[in-house]
Amino acid sequence: MNTTTQNQETEKLFRESFTKNRDTIERFSAGLMNGRRQEALEHFMQLGIPGKKTESYKYTDMPGLFNPMLHMNLQPNHVHMDVKEIFQCDVPKLDTHMIFLVNGFLPPNSPPLEELEGKALVGSLAEAARRYPELLEKHYDRYTSLNPEGLVSLNTAFAQDGLFLYIPNGTELERPVQVVNMSVWEDNLMIQQRNLFIVGKNSAASLIICDHTLAPWRFLNNAVTEIFLDKQARFDLSRIQNENNSSQHISHTFARQETASTLTSNTITLHGGLVRNNFYALLNGEHAENNTYGLYLSDRHQHIDNFSFIDHAAPHCTSNQLFKGVLDDQATGAFTGRILVRQDAQKTLAYQSNNNILLTDEARMHSKPQLEIYADDVKCSHGATVGQLDPAALFYLRSRGINYREARLMLMYAFAHDIISHIAVPPFRERIDDLVDKRLRGELSRCNACHINCGKLNY
Amino acid sequence: MEKEQDKLLREVTTGEYKYGFYTDIEMDTIPPGLSEEVIRKISLLKGEPGFMLDFRLKAFRHWQKMKMPRWAHLKIPEIDFDRIVYYAAPRKKEGLSSLDEVDPELLETFNKLGIPLDEQKHLTGVAVDAVMDSVSVKTTFRETLAELGIIFCSFSDAVREHPDLVKKYMGSVVPYSDNFFAALNSAVFSDGSFCYIPKGVRCPMELSTYFRINAANTGQFERTLIVAEEDSYVSYLEGCTAPMRDENQLHAAIVEIVAMKGAEVKYSTVQNWYPGDKQGQGGIYNFVTKRGICRGERSKISWTQVETGSAITWKYPSCILQGDHSVGEFYSVAVTNHFQQADTGTKMIHIGKNTKSTVVSKGISAGRSNNSYRGLVKVLKNAQNARNFSQCDSLLLGDRCGAHTFPYLEVDNQSAIVEHEATTSKIGEDQIFYCNQRGISTEDAIGLIVNGYAREVINKLPMEFAVEAQKLLQISLEGSVG
Amino acid sequence: MLSIQNLHVSIEGKPILKGISLEVKPGEIHAIMGPNGSGKSTLAAVLAGRDLFEVTEGKIMYMGKNLMDMAPEERAREGIFLGFQYPVEIPGVSMVNFMKTAVNEQRKYRGEESLSASDFLKFMREKKDLVEFDSQLTNRSVNEGFSGGEKKKNEIFQMAMLNPRLSILDETDSGLDIDALRIVARGVNKLRNKENATIVITHYQRLLDYIIPDYVHVLYDGKIVRSSGKELAMELEEKGYDWIRQEYAGNGK
Repeated sequence: MNTTTQNQETEKLFRESFTKNRDTIERFSAGLMNGRRQEALEHFMQLGIPGKKTESYKYTDMPGLFNPMLHMNLQPNHVHMDVKEIFQCDVPKLDTHMIFLVNGFLPPNSPPLEELEGKALVGSLAEAARRYPELLEKHYDRYTSLNPEGLVSLNTAFAQDGLFLYIPNGTELERPVQVVNMSVWEDNLMIQQRNLFIVGKNSAASLIICDHTLAPWRFLNNAVTEIFLDKQARFDLSRIQNENNSSQHISHTFARQETASTLTSNTITLHGGLVRNNFYALLNGEHAENNTYGLYLSDRHQHIDNFSFIDHAAPHCTSNQLFKGVLDDQATGAFTGRILVRQDAQKTLAYQSNNNILLTDEARMHSKPQLEIYADDVKCSHGATVGQLDPAALFYLRSRGINYREARLMLMYAFAHDIISHIAVPPFRERIDDLVDKRLRGELSRCNACHINCGKLNY
Repeated sequence: MEKEQDKLLREVTTGEYKYGFYTDIEMDTIPPGLSEEVIRKISLLKGEPGFMLDFRLKAFRHWQKMKMPRWAHLKIPEIDFDRIVYYAAPRKKEGLSSLDEVDPELLETFNKLGIPLDEQKHLTGVAVDAVMDSVSVKTTFRETLAELGIIFCSFSDAVREHPDLVKKYMGSVVPYSDNFFAALNSAVFSDGSFCYIPKGVRCPMELSTYFRINAANTGQFERTLIVAEEDSYVSYLEGCTAPMRDENQLHAAIVEIVAMKGAEVKYSTVQNWYPGDKQGQGGIYNFVTKRGICRGERSKISWTQVETGSAITWKYPSCILQGDHSVGEFYSVAVTNHFQQADTGTKMIHIGKNTKSTVVSKGISAGRSNNSYRGLVKVLKNAQNARNFSQCDSLLLGDRCGAHTFPYLEVDNQSAIVEHEATTSKIGEDQIFYCNQRGISTEDAIGLIVNGYAREVINKLPMEFAVEAQKLLQISLEGSVG
Repeated sequence: MLSIQNLHVSIEGKPILKGISLEVKPGEIHAIMGPNGSGKSTLAAVLAGRDLFEVTEGKIMYMGKNLMDMAPEERAREGIFLGFQYPVEIPGVSMVNFMKTAVNEQRKYRGEESLSASDFLKFMREKKDLVEFDSQLTNRSVNEGFSGGEKKKNEIFQMAMLNPRLSILDETDSGLDIDALRIVARGVNKLRNKENATIVITHYQRLLDYIIPDYVHVLYDGKIVRSSGKELAMELEEKGYDWIRQEYAGNGK
């Protein structure tokens, strides 16, 4: 059987699963989330799962992952233990409003939607669809069209819940919101989470997302996040990915930014079997600013693929993309960064950089920075490097009595720190600093008080 | 300031293509269309040995199964391959005393193009193989070069006189199955140049091929093969032009270079095919596969190209760095104006140890054109200590054009250092003002600045051609001020 | 303290040092002079353990141990300090963290307790004052964005922090103006005592006005062609290196 027919087979099975489970899917979701399913499924059937011939998935095998026979969790789980008890993120001085999601759902025993200062809302997206249909009508599934692809449609067809964050106009959240995404099951599991973040005019918020697995199984996450920043909104998104080595995490983040808004996102990938992060940002109003940063530290057979696409559709916007990675053992990595400057987006400043360090002969890296520019009065640049730790710097450190291992760690840490320094919430930044240091030392890179079970690699 | 530029834009409409004339001569042609029949006819007309026909037919059968590549950042209209003439040769006039004597009308044509085929008149130190449409018209300095053991002749002559060499190397770097256009070329190519430099010989003069498309509705499919034996050196040049016509014409060529241990080959191209008019009518579709292999240790292949012509350019001169310590270089200036489209760049494949490659690409876009750099740097698993540095800059003149950069870095060896840098910008208004203040017109100022920008690449060209290339840059950009 | 016997060194098969012998005792200052390309910096790098070079023949003993068996960091902890001709910029590694790690590694090696953060800062302040090092610079990454003079002063500051037995100063005077040169020399002189020794590598006699050597050696084409007292430096300053070239070029072949 060739791959195309094999894929068609897979897609057919997803349709069957959809038809069979539709009642359950819709019962544990609501409103527009259900309203968009059928159309999304048809889209998915047309687009399919992107194969290696799809330029943007050239280096990561998607059809191999998406097995429709994988169990899907279609209703919120009654977690018998108190999640807050087993999971205490011991970030010192980190005063956040904390929310837990288990397998993509808000647990039934937590309040579905909470009101924060200034009538800001945080909680379940399904609940928001129920209570605020007009907000979803305006924003739900509106920004995914930046890059239509099968996996996003698959999510729209199946997603039932996820995080909803709404900051009304003129509101600045003082405390960051922290979301802990946990995957826990007694077998392999597929999770399709959906998030929507809306930040109103002149508003500001910080969000921290921690992705964790609490069991050693293969968790396949196909998560979609949509972000809307209204005029002069400021939003900081820090994400730490720390999942077991059997896990596979595909995330799609779509942001639409209006005039003078600022979005800064930081994704720190510490652990994960296979990680693919897609970032799309549409700079739709003048003077919008986008900063997309990523750090990935991988070893063993881990595979980490970052894809970012910044679309400059309005003049006077600025974007910075910086991705850095350290690859050890047989780890493989990929990076694709694209800057598109549309015809009228004059005075654009767009920068992009991807730097990689390969620590072993077997580690591999593929990097594809791209510029596509249709306006002349712009300053754009990109750069990519793949190399090793600087031998001259290494010798300099050793000549001062610092041992080889420590000198290497210092240089790796310095390399990584460049990204961490952009994290907005200071205590969180310090915590990440510490985690990265531990991660590089090969010590357990997890919050000390939580019981993540980082499974062995399946190979 | 802005207004002055607008005015200039309207006024300057004199960016003429100097080589757009047509020579009315009698031609032998095979009627348009592509079939095994036509291929057999080409092979028969050229009196080729059996292995050539086999090669052509294999390529043709493979081509029939292939699809036109669509991955480049180009809008390529459908090409009807059955409406193209695949063979058109200037008819030998009766009454010419010897086979070597060339029709005076053809000599005059090449004179007009600035390529005198008379050895006495010719630029000193340059030997030329002049190709019109499907056949080679004359190769100069053949005898002089032969004294050193250098073979420099048309591809057809090479097939006749050195079949073993042709058989050994043809298709060894670019197999007929390589890509759609390479397969097409392998099936129908009619002539081209062949060059063989024996061991230890430093070719004393520049070798060059001049390609001229003359006949209407004709595609040009030529093939160049350069073999440099151990410790030899050759510098090779390629130039080309075509008449101005409203129809598009296809040019699908192949260049193969083989460099043995210690050999160095420098290949320079000044590509000036008819680019189409200001409305985007006509012009050559230039789909070319150029590739060299550094087979032996310390061999070196260097590509330099100045691309100003063609309606569409699709071309990626590449180096396979197989020998240890081998070196690959790619220096490119690509200018697009009006409705031209270019997707060009290089591939550097590092296989041997301690291999090194350098890529310098300067793109200049004006009018409504689109100009893309596309390049691959691949370091294979055993290519210890590979080094690559790529610098790709784009300059935009006007706000209706596009400049794009698509590098691919694939590194499978940790001892590699691969670096890519790219910038995109426009000419600084302060630079233009500075020139204006010193009495230099805006148009001239842009010419100056663009030439300065491209200097790093132009300097790699042999002297006579560097001057020509500079003029060409200026002409290509006429009418682009905005 | 240091005994080099018939040292031959090459890089990528090309011989650079062709049989060097040198004895350095505690309390001594040796100056090694010579024209560019004579192998001065190679000698310094080999003593510090740079792996670019291959020792093809000969022996280096340091404090009774075979130096060639030791990793660069071990040599440093044993008290060998190299003042780099071109100190390396290391973005992202702070000076404080760098020095703290180095000092505590050395203390650990000697079986001493690590310094607490506050003790370390105090210690660092003292040394900064001693060698007149600008206090702002220690807040930055190692050598990053430092001027040429600042980099050289930073080397002397690190020397003060690590209190080496044997300091090798590789062209520490190059690129320094006269004021910076005086500060650097003062630092070196303050750190000098009966127990430690210094090898000053320089092209010019200038530095030796401030750091008075006990011995001067002339290195030419990978060999020490003359050794004498400090008056040799004066002679070189007067006559340049040409006479050495004339005198020894023939002998090399």
